[in-house]
Parts: sequence; structure tokens; C-alpha cells
Amino acid sequence: MLVEELILERPEKREFTKGLWNTSINVRDFIIKNIVSYYGDDSFLVGPSVKTAKLWEVCKKETAIERKKGGVHSVDTETISGISNFKAGYIDKENETIVGLQTDSLLKRAMKPFGGYKVVQKALQEQGLKPSEDINTLFTKYVKTHNDGVFSAYNAEIKKFRSLGFLTGLPDNYARGRIIGDYRRVALYGIDKLIEVKKADLANITGPMTDAVIRLREEVAEQIKALKDMIVMGNHYNLELNRPVETAQEAVQWTYMAYLAAVKEQDGAAMSLGNVSTFLDIFIERDLQSGAITEVEAQEYIDQFVMKLRMVRHLRMAAYDEIFAGDPTWVTEAIGGMLNDGRSKVTKTAFRFLHTLYNLGPSPEPNITVLWSPLLPANFKKFCVKVAIDTSSIQFENDDLMRNLRGSDDYGIACCVSYQELGKQIQFFGARTNLAKTLLLAINGGKCEITGTQMVAGIAPCNCEILDFDKVMANFKIAMKEVARVYNDAMNIIHFMHDKYYYEKAQMALIDTNPDINIAYGIAGLSIVADSLSAIKYAKVKPIRNEKGLTVDFKIEGEFPKFGNDDDRVDIFAHNGVKDFNNELKKLKVYKDAAPTMSVLTITSNVVYGKKTGATPDGRPLGVAFAPGANPMHGRDTNGAIASLNSVAKIDYKDSQDGISNTFSIVPKSLGATEEERIDNLAATLTGYFEHGAQHLNVNVLDKETLLDAMAHPEKHPQLTIRVSGYAVNFIRLTKEQQMEVISRSFHKSM
Amino acid sequence: MHSIESFGTHDGPGIRMVIFLQGCKLKCLYCHNPDTIDTHGGKEIHIEELVQRAIKMKSYFGEKGGVTVSGGEPVLQAQNLIPFFKRLKEEGIHTNLDTNGRVLNHPIMELLDKYTDLVMLDIKHMTEDGFQKITGQKNKETTFNFAKHRENSGKKMWLRYVLIPEITNTPELLHQLGNYFKEYKTIAQIELQPYHKLGIHKWEALGWEYELENARENTQEELEEASKILSNYFKKVKIN
Repeated sequence: MLVEELILERPEKREFTKGLWNTSINVRDFIIKNIVSYYGDDSFLVGPSVKTAKLWEVCKKETAIERKKGGVHSVDTETISGISNFKAGYIDKENETIVGLQTDSLLKRAMKPFGGYKVVQKALQEQGLKPSEDINTLFTKYVKTHNDGVFSAYNAEIKKFRSLGFLTGLPDNYARGRIIGDYRRVALYGIDKLIEVKKADLANITGPMTDAVIRLREEVAEQIKALKDMIVMGNHYNLELNRPVETAQEAVQWTYMAYLAAVKEQDGAAMSLGNVSTFLDIFIERDLQSGAITEVEAQEYIDQFVMKLRMVRHLRMAAYDEIFAGDPTWVTEAIGGMLNDGRSKVTKTAFRFLHTLYNLGPSPEPNITVLWSPLLPANFKKFCVKVAIDTSSIQFENDDLMRNLRGSDDYGIACCVSYQELGKQIQFFGARTNLAKTLLLAINGGKCEITGTQMVAGIAPCNCEILDFDKVMANFKIAMKEVARVYNDAMNIIHFMHDKYYYEKAQMALIDTNPDINIAYGIAGLSIVADSLSAIKYAKVKPIRNEKGLTVDFKIEGEFPKFGNDDDRVDIFAHNGVKDFNNELKKLKVYKDAAPTMSVLTITSNVVYGKKTGATPDGRPLGVAFAPGANPMHGRDTNGAIASLNSVAKIDYKDSQDGISNTFSIVPKSLGATEEERIDNLAATLTGYFEHGAQHLNVNVLDKETLLDAMAHPEKHPQLTIRVSGYAVNFIRLTKEQQMEVISRSFHKSM
Repeated sequence: MHSIESFGTHDGPGIRMVIFLQGCKLKCLYCHNPDTIDTHGGKEIHIEELVQRAIKMKSYFGEKGGVTVSGGEPVLQAQNLIPFFKRLKEEGIHTNLDTNGRVLNHPIMELLDKYTDLVMLDIKHMTEDGFQKITGQKNKETTFNFAKHRENSGKKMWLRYVLIPEITNTPELLHQLGNYFKEYKTIAQIELQPYHKLGIHKWEALGWEYELENARENTQEELEEASKILSNYFKKVKIN
């Protein structure tokens, strides 16, 4: 993708150090050549500007109205959302330093029917609305959607696995998300240049015209259309997005506009931002040095950018809340981490991003993710840990682990926990399979334990008095192989159709042509599987069966080790469960030759998964929620926090490269007696956990009493934020059931 | 052994693996681990197993943390703690002993002088009468002799003192405490443990009568006042 003579003119400005980025699209090179790492402390930070404070007041007022109306402020029923389909919208124009809304008005949601029209109809119907006549005619008579495509190709077997809860949350009636456009490119190069490069790419995609080549040519052509459309969108706001930026304000504005194009076009479950803070800092630092701006303005840009990100909304139907509770958008921004050359990626703007949690108060969005390394500057480590303790709004991931194993030091976090190299790689989101239910197939002759439907062939019915470990294990392996097969079939159909009917042209336009692809499979119920296998092996487990021969309960005699206590006897089952299922998935060919990865992550679906799963051999009754992500089951990790963390750390990231989510909740006092101790102890915990090879940690520092009070008096806690599996939510926007599940989790307390 | 806490943050510096040993010769009125008092309970565990567990937690200890042995009264098992602490020192792990200092014999001196990086010594009361009322045992002087020994060894020590309004938290007693220890050079800090009733359910579970039923918890002002008095005498005063 070499571009001749791409020299950017920047009159009156300090010249940036030149490099590969001047002759090809290479944001990473620009960062490496120009980054100013920051080693100081947080004392330079300033509060919100007057303009920011005024704007945030409007946002708070409007979000309160949104809550009062049951979660939806307003919806446009006339316009199909797209990159340039809405004219400009403002919160309060004269106070906006960074402009741009998804629609023409704050918090107004838009229809994005290409994922599935029925979903849009349902979402509107729940608000007492319906799409305009024109749109209705269009989507009922003429236009085919992703959802229509998927269901015309699904076979009976996939539908069965889906409806009985073996596969749940599949992106077959909503957009898959997970793709991170390299939004920085618009700022650094301007759209004209990006179009030029894509046109050159297109010209180089030549025959023979196989399926793959034809498809790619069509995709790149779509990307070029999207880029042109972005220029139009910019024109609505009088912004010249066609050219590269000249100032720090423009750098923030252009980057946001690129992201805005993505969330106007797509309503993917997770629409991550990437890692923009390091990039933006280079422009901010230059303008600060030249005296063009002061710290007040620098913070104002970031505060207002973040405020806009907090106001991103998608139109969802109520059922969506079961899997992804609290109206999340996953605007995930990765902050910190190290460069491969040993320098830190922490800049002053990393501090500024975190500081928004004070200037604007705690918030689940953007989903701020600190890429942690023991080598990060000491002052930054202290600061981000302090923010975690004060706000419970951020999560941490192991930068050394991901960077070393996956290769790039320029990556973002897709959705919750997943590594994605920026501009070079994408992901196919795969939701997850229910591994606990898969285990029950092994005990029920391959039948669904609830309905008795035959799901998997080749598993002999087991009529034994006491469950035999070796037999169960052998059957479990057969079940995993079969479930993996059906799962893979479903994924291939979904992503084929998504590309065909709801292609992410805006995001893909900001990614290299023909990037690497990971398919992101997932599992839920891991700790249930580990504990169940442990019970079968170390205690006596007697299945209680109903008249159909299906297990309805289990009688357990004797003790057995439980996952979450740093006990190898049971932790090995968690480790192997991940490894074995991943190995089954790896054997299967994927659409577009995507490379399989897997996650242990549940979002809030651990509640609904539990509901759909019968009693399990570990003693968990029918319907009880699973632990989130890779967490040990609630209350079973009885040897303290470190033992619990060590168990999860034994799951090998190599077997689960899409991520292993662990949510750590601790009572403030148990973290230490003073603020200084709490900061030191949490920093030591992160370093210790990641030194064991662990990948991810959500941190909540909260008292249960606060949560109970928020349930009773939500109006007193409008911004109370809590980390769940891989993301954060506004606690008061969870359903009562989900709130109770969060409260029932293990809150570590020391004696 | 009674139990292990893998994330101790109130029993010594940093994050600590805290091992609660079973058995204590005292029966303090406010004991919040009364289930560790009986010298006949508990379970045996191999020293090397404990060492291995500590090694698995070592990455969390950072620069400050390590292993704390608490109880019960750990020095009752000094003979076993010597090889345990010795192994921990070989592994580069910080050792801390949380004790009431009721006994001081040769094995204990060896444990203290050679292998214990930090001693947290619990001062129950400054008067013999008060000491007897709280602990049910005679001779408060043994604890002070223990402190003297530690001071003479030149190795680091923290004091711990449970604050109960009227019983241990009076200005006279606090000044007495401060005056007694003000010349000590090895005391890095004194930790004040505000009395609380969280342990009562454990007493009830054991079928024992909780005699301090009428004692009350400190007010914030009382805690601050105590802290102020003691800061005249000690380098650092911490309310736990």
C-alpha cells in the first residue's frame, strides 16, 4: 500500500518526525516516531472547563429524562440511519468544542434495519411506535436483511441448538460489532488520501475472478463509497474531513467523526474505539508546546470527546437486555501499555482520559481498559489504580502477555477483553456456547436435560447409580466435538450473511484491505463444569432422574475441591475444559479462513444461561445463574482473593486468545486501611495476577451496602458504575434479577 | 493450623498470606477469633506445603508483603515455625509474627532473632489488673520482657493495641503506654485496633458467654484523640 509523495503540509507548526507513515498508511509508525511518553504524576490535571460543565449539565438532565421514560429518550421513525443520513445535531452548540451526534438530537435513537427489520419493529413497538410507511414497505417487500439471510440458511440442527440454549446470544438478529476501525487514520491522513489508497488497492485486486476476489472487490468499492459519505457527514458540521488535521482540536474532532460514522452506520453489540489517547496526545503536546492551547483546552477536548462517547445510543429491543444488560455500547478505549521497543505508551492524554471519570463522574462508557505492565511508569500505575478504587469504572489487561504472544504493540480491545491489532486485523464475533449444558449432554445420553430432545448422537445413555468419572469424561469429549461442529456451522452462516447484507463499510474503510481475521468463539459456565467434574471424581455423585430418564438433580456424598481455591486437583478441569473445546473448534474450517480464537466471557448472559440450564453435578440447582466469565462460582472461593485469582490464572491464554474475563470485587476496607495502602495493594494484586499469566481483571471496590441502597433509592445513585464480565454498567439500569446476581457474588473480605 | 487467608491486608505491611494457628493460652474478652483458642483443634499441615503455597502467592507480595503467622498464639509452635520461616527466608519472602509475647524461651528467641523480619506485638493492657481482666491470665510483664528482647536484638517491631472505650482507651493508659515505649528504637509504628463486636457470633457458635456485651465501639473523636496522644511517643500511629 505504498503511496508516493505523501508529504503533509503543516505550516507554522513544528514538523513531526517523518518516517514510513509519510509513504504508507501507518499510524503506528507515526506514534513511534512522535510519542512523548509521560513519567510525571497527575498534578498537572485540571477540572472541567465552564463550557464542559454547562454541556454536562444538559446531558445529565436529558439522561435523567431518558431513565424516567424507561430507558429510551426518543426515536426517529422516518430515517434509516447511515453515515450521512442525519443532518447536524448539537447538545448546545456554543459550548461544544467537539461536535457531532448520531442523529439530529441528543439521545435520539435511530433505526438501523439492515441487521434485522423485525428487531427494529419490535424495539419501536415497545415504545408505542412504528416505522414510517415508506420504510415498512421497503423492508417488508424489497430489502433483505442480515437476519433474513441467516434464517434462510440455518438448518434444523442449528435452530435446535439455538432455541434450547446450547448456543445463545448469536449475532444473527443484531449486528456483530467487534470490528475496530482505525479512526486515527482520518485525522492523520484526511479522507482524500484514504480514498486514493483504497482506489489503488482496488485496482490491484485482479482476476481470476474467484468468489473471494469478487467479494473483496465489491467490499473495497463499498469502502470507497463510505469514505465519500464521511466527507458529506463532515460537511453537515462544516468540517473538512477530506484533509489531514492541523490542530489538536481537529485531531480529536476528526477522530471522533470517524468513530461517529461507524456508530451511525452500525449498531454492533460492541463498537470499540481502539487506542486513540496515545495518538491524540502527539497533537495536543505539539499545540501545548507552541503555546497554541493551554491545559484547560487540552482537557476540554478530551472531556467533550468522552462526553459524546457517553451519549452514543443504539435502538434495542427489551429482550436484548437479557444478554447485554444496561444498554451498553462498548466504546472500549485501551489506555497505557508498552511499545515493543521498551518505551511506555502512557502520555499525559492517558491521564486526561482517566481524569474524565472525575470531571464528569463515574461512567460505564467509554469502557476504559488499562493495558497493564509492571514496566508502566510508577506514577501512572498509582493514578489508574486510584481511579479504579474511586470509580469501579475501569478494567485491566495484561499488556506483556498480549503484546508478546499476539505480536503488535498497536492494538485495541474489541468489545470487552479481546486483543485486536489496529487497522490490520478484525474479528468475527461469535457469542458463546453453554459448556455446562454440554456437560449435561454427556450424562443424559446426548439429550437436552430439560426437554429430552436428542441433540447429539453417539453418547450411550447412562443408567449408573453413581456417576463414573472416566465415562462422563469420554462422553463430554464427544459432546464438545458435536457442539463445536454445530457452533462452527452457525458462525459460518452468520458471518457470510453479515458481510453480504450488513457489511461494515465505514469501519472496514479505515482498515487495511484484506486484513487478518479472527473468529471469536466463546464459552460460558466454565466454573460449573470444573466443579462438576471435580465432584464426580472426588465425591460420590448420584444422579436423580425423572420418568424420561433425564437428570433433575444430583445427590452428592463427600467433599470435593472447588475451583477458586488454587487447588490443582480441580483447576486442571477448568484449564482442560478450555483447551479441549478450543482444540475441537480449531479443527473446523471457517468462512474467509478466519483463525479461531475463544473467550471465557459472559457479559451478563450468565444469568440467562443459568436459567436455561438444569441442575448440575456440582450441586447447583436448576435455573441458578452461572458465575460471570471465568469467575469461580459465588461463595465457593473460600481461601481468599489470591487463591481465587490464582485458579483463574491457570487457564492458559494460548487456549483462549479472545480473552479470559475475571471480575474481582472487594470491599474497600479489605483492600487496606488507608488510601495509600489500598493503592499499593491493588497495584501489587494486578502485578501478581498478571505475573501468573492471567489476562484480564475487572476491579470493583464497593460495599454491598452501597448496591443495596442503590436498589432501594436509584435516584440517589444515577452514576453508580459497576464492572461486570468485561464491561461496566450503570448499576441502576440493570434488572432487579441482574442486580441481585451482582450482589450475590463473592465480595472479598479479609478476616 | 486453623486457616489461611490469602489476601491479608491488615496483618502487616502489603499483601500477606496470613496463617492462623490453632491454640492460645489467653482468652481475651474481645477475641475476634475465639475459634482459634482451643489448643486441641485445628489441622496439621506440612511445612513444605505451606512454603509452596506462599511461593505461589509471592508475585502478589510486591516489595512490602509476605507471610504473617497469627493465631491463636503462634509462638506456642516456635519449634515448627523455625524451619518454616527459614525456608521462607531462603525463598526471599518477608516473615512476620503476630504475637501476644506470652512466652520467651530459646526456640522463640532463635525464631525471632534469626528468621523473623517483623514482630507485631500485642499490648493488652498497661496495668496488671487490666491485663488479668482482659486475658484471664496473670503477669503482664512477660509481654514487656518480650518487647525488651526484640529491642535488644535491634530488629523491627510494631505494637498493636486494642482500643476499648473506658477499658483501654483512656488518656492515662495511653500516656502510660507511650511513656513506657518512647525510648524504643525498633518500634516502627503502633497500630490501634478499634474494638468491634464482629466476633460475637463466633462466641455464640462456640456456646461461650461474651462478657464484653456491654462494651461499646469508639466514636470517631475517641479514635482521633487516642491517635493524637500516641503520636507524641511513636513514629507512626495507624488506625486499623
